[in-house]
Amino acid sequence: MKLETLKQLNAERAARRPVIVVTDTANGEQRLVKANDIAADPLRAELSKQLRMGKSGNVEAAGRKLFLNVYAPTAKLVIIGAVHISQALAPLARSLDYDVTVVDPRTAFASPERFPDVPLVAEWPDVALPPLNVDHYTAFVAVTHDPKIDDPALLHAFDRDCFYIGALGSRKTHAKRGERLRALGAKDSDIARIHAPIGLDIGAVSPSEIAVSIMAEITAQLRLPPKEKEEAA
Amino acid sequence: MLNRDEDILQAAETWQSQGHGVALATVVETWGSAPRPAGSSLVINDDGTFLGSVSGGCVEGAVVTEALDVISSGQSKMLEFGVADETAWNVGLSCGGTIRVFVEKVG
Repeated sequence: MKLETLKQLNAERAARRPVIVVTDTANGEQRLVKANDIAADPLRAELSKQLRMGKSGNVEAAGRKLFLNVYAPTAKLVIIGAVHISQALAPLARSLDYDVTVVDPRTAFASPERFPDVPLVAEWPDVALPPLNVDHYTAFVAVTHDPKIDDPALLHAFDRDCFYIGALGSRKTHAKRGERLRALGAKDSDIARIHAPIGLDIGAVSPSEIAVSIMAEITAQLRLPPKEKEEAA
Repeated sequence: MLNRDEDILQAAETWQSQGHGVALATVVETWGSAPRPAGSSLVINDDGTFLGSVSGGCVEGAVVTEALDVISSGQSKMLEFGVADETAWNVGLSCGGTIRVFVEKVG
């Protein structure tokens, strides 16, 4: 690997931007493809598939055997609300390799006794969220049921283009949330990105089951191609 | 995970900037129950110091030896390790898988 390639690779990784290194294993020829350049690449179909799966692998192209080494950032999960569902959701997400942070300004909820080993930020979203570097590789879940906390957090998630945004509440609750967010300046296209009611419809009842339905929906959003994603939603 | 890939690749860059010869070994293909997936990597410098893993410990010693060759020759190599022969308990994978490891010089 050329030093220049290694430096670029490390810079992209530090910035949490996905990158793929393509190596011709017969002769060692190598190039680095940044996520933003995939659409214009001759190997775009293979590159986007491997990136979506977060998996490195081999492909054949024009008689050459190429190894595609995928460097995808570790996915993050930000949970707004240190509620009962979050107590089940946080450890489940960690077992799926997400970096999890729970945000709730209500210190009675955001206590280490209720969330052992989980990073907790007992601050309002405007203070808590900027240092978390919420980005595209972040799943964002708002479950406080309190508009004072959930609404500003959701605006932040729109702004940072999170790959998944979900919010707790019935269809009726969500319709009201849509009106409030619109009044705060959110676009219809942003509001349409919210998964609500949250989670895949698996008939979940208990907090743990709701946590499973949320992680299933997040996984589908991360891994499925766009068309199948619509069918799952 | 003990060594995330970013630390490994950062070490490669740091060693290189300190004037070390450096090689990068990457699992490019696996069959059967290989211990580390494709894309797992190990970096080695010319002192024989290494970071990361390609097999969870089974074949690292052999990879390091080959990597020192690659550092001095500059020629990349493909290595293959499996369990299907009498060397299984010497340099092989006790779990029964097979892996191919691409070793290249950095710089």
